[in-house]
Amino acid sequence: MSSVFVKLVLWAILSGVIFHFVAGIKHLIMDLGIGETLEGGKNLSVAVFVVAAIGILLAGVWIW
Amino acid sequence: MVTSVTSLGKNGLYDWLIQRATAVVLGVYFVVVVGFLSGNDELTYQAWRDFITCPAMLIFTSLALFSLAAHAWIGLWTVSTDYITTRQLGSKATALRLAFQAGYMVVNVVYVLWGFLILWGA
Repeated sequence: MSSVFVKLVLWAILSGVIFHFVAGIKHLIMDLGIGETLEGGKNLSVAVFVVAAIGILLAGVWIW
Repeated sequence: MVTSVTSLGKNGLYDWLIQRATAVVLGVYFVVVVGFLSGNDELTYQAWRDFITCPAMLIFTSLALFSLAAHAWIGLWTVSTDYITTRQLGSKATALRLAFQAGYMVVNVVYVLWGFLILWGA
């Protein structure tokens, strides 16, 4: 866990999982009937990018 | 239209529900494991081993492995039936899609069996 390469690979994998996790929660929210309009979908998509980016940054802080 | 002969639930509504149910299992599992790992400042191998081999976590990890296999199958089935089609790839698409799905199914089953060997053999 001290190798930079291992940390980068771990961060890349965690980034994928975090984005998928957040985007999946968006699906569940939309399944409840929330944000099902074109504008609502766009807003939720922006929120997914923002929340996932924060999560990915936090994961980087955690790893290093 | 691509027929649903290779889909997990044989019906879009079943696949939709299985995808949601397995997503919730995997989401909770991810939060629990990351919570354990990040909540322990002085994490030792023994502490990790005790956690992951306690009966509740053995069952939860097994559940997550099944869920991952079903979730990934539905996901890749959707992607392959959307993009490996005769419209995009011509007449070879059906054979190519079947080969992809068959190959992935082998990988999927191997992952589950391998995961169970690691988990319950530990």
